[in-house]
Amino acid sequence: MAESALQTEKLCKSFGALTVADRIDFRLEAGARHALIGPNGAGKTTFVNMLTGVLAPSSGRILLGAQDITRTRQSARVRLGLGRTFQITTLFRSLPVLDNVALGIAEREGAARRMWKPASRHDEIKQEAMALLDTLGVAQDASIAVQDLPYGRQRLVEIAIALGLRPKVLLLDEPAAGVPSQDSGRILEVLAGLPGDIAILIIEHDMDLVFRFAKRITVLVQGQILVEGTPEEIARDQRVRDVYLGEAHA
Amino acid sequence: MAAHGPVRSPRLSGYTSNPRIRWAEWLPWIAALAFFFTLPEYLALGGRILIYILFALSLDLILGYAGIITLGHSAFFGLGAYTAGILSAKYGFTDPFFQLAAAAAMAALLGVATGALILRTKALTLLMLTLAITSILYEVANRASGLTGGNDGLSGVTVAPILGLFKFDLFGRTAFVYCLIALFLGWLFVRRLIYSPFGAMLTGIRENTARMYAVGAPVYWRLVLVYTISATMAGVAGALLTQVNQFVGLNVLGLEPSGDLLVMLILGGVGRLYGAFVGPVVYLIAQDYLAKQYPEYWYLGIGALLIVVVLFARGGILGLADQWLKALSRPKSSARASAR
Repeated sequence: MAESALQTEKLCKSFGALTVADRIDFRLEAGARHALIGPNGAGKTTFVNMLTGVLAPSSGRILLGAQDITRTRQSARVRLGLGRTFQITTLFRSLPVLDNVALGIAEREGAARRMWKPASRHDEIKQEAMALLDTLGVAQDASIAVQDLPYGRQRLVEIAIALGLRPKVLLLDEPAAGVPSQDSGRILEVLAGLPGDIAILIIEHDMDLVFRFAKRITVLVQGQILVEGTPEEIARDQRVRDVYLGEAHA
Repeated sequence: MAAHGPVRSPRLSGYTSNPRIRWAEWLPWIAALAFFFTLPEYLALGGRILIYILFALSLDLILGYAGIITLGHSAFFGLGAYTAGILSAKYGFTDPFFQLAAAAAMAALLGVATGALILRTKALTLLMLTLAITSILYEVANRASGLTGGNDGLSGVTVAPILGLFKFDLFGRTAFVYCLIALFLGWLFVRRLIYSPFGAMLTGIRENTARMYAVGAPVYWRLVLVYTISATMAGVAGALLTQVNQFVGLNVLGLEPSGDLLVMLILGGVGRLYGAFVGPVVYLIAQDYLAKQYPEYWYLGIGALLIVVVLFARGGILGLADQWLKALSRPKSSARASAR
């Protein structure tokens, strides 16, 4: 079996008596297009927060490639190749789009500690940022402050920043959240065009997007993995239907 | 099409900024030279203003750019002042550059040690910790009167001629030029720093710390680094004050000088580089004038000034100037647009 890009072993998290992650064994294959779905309160956000290092797990292990990153700091995980986007846009709102992406690239390149040569004369960083914005179709907005962009474009900037870090594994936390439905097609297009060697885990509520994007789906319910399979298997699974119908009726 | 976007003031720092020195940026230096030649009787005040500009510049670096809020920046200023003073008065080291270097080193050490301790905290906790540190130093300086002169202050500070050539004269001519050169070098350094990738990164931390972590920045260590740089500059400013006054008073430590400095920076405009120039000029001249006219109530005037700025000019005096410039240029650009 190929080495997994990201893996968890018996990952648990509890807040007092409340268990929000219960012995999660999860594998993300290299180059995967994998979706994590589940009803509200299933523990998806907690799981992502543990993967990225925002929350420390109560027990269990997280492996990035072959490396144990369970105790690794959030920023160090990023440098090891674990990129993410946020469910709620987390951007440098008053800075231009180009700077938003360039700040990330500078960190990856180790240029962020340079104190002498002006940032605007770091042409290689600016060119790389522009190229990225161009691929995502937001190059024309490069000099506009992020806060002046429509929300759908802000979501694209969020993805551009993550790509600028050249991650091996990319966690997309509801990339289409809050985006008007006519714009979510553009997001899907962008996701479909992402480099094949990046292993992608997408956490998403928009089932349409999930079933079009993912080759594998994991369903999380009450902190446990209910089932994992191909989109067809998940669509046919009676337990999954019950969970989602149950939620719809609640 | 894009040319008719909203009028923006040129951005300081970042990958889209222009690092070229604009003509207006030479104005403070021209003004300082003009001051030197035309107002010789005010050179002592002028020297003090230059020192406080350097001090304010160091605060702007951490407060305005990195977003570190502090009420304890006088700790470094005071430590620098006492280091220079004690070296001269107690140990006979009178070389001005040696005193500056020693003060810088001591302030840097204190900056790294306290920064590493407190920069994991934020907001009110951080504010209280910075205040605690300078208050502790104040008490130490107060008790260790054998070394610091305690409440009476440290006198007997002598400073050898600069490079063995320029004596500190009674009229403050040497002191003024000496401080001006120190400030110019400090300004060049800070300006370079904020336009660099490091400066852009600091802006990123202030704008959105969570995002900075998520692009892999070791935020805490970066903050410790910039805090240490800022502390070093503040220490140099403190040492300059000692050399110019040939005296160190307890009032270089504690809440009051920290608060005064914060007021100066807010008056001028936080995070704008030149706010650190405008603030001390306005504050110290107002203080000088008010203290002569109303010796008992001069703080009232400063307070009123601060209230006016905070209520009507959130970006400080420079922020207000920005708004006026924008208002002035708007009719012109709309006229151009309608001419099409």
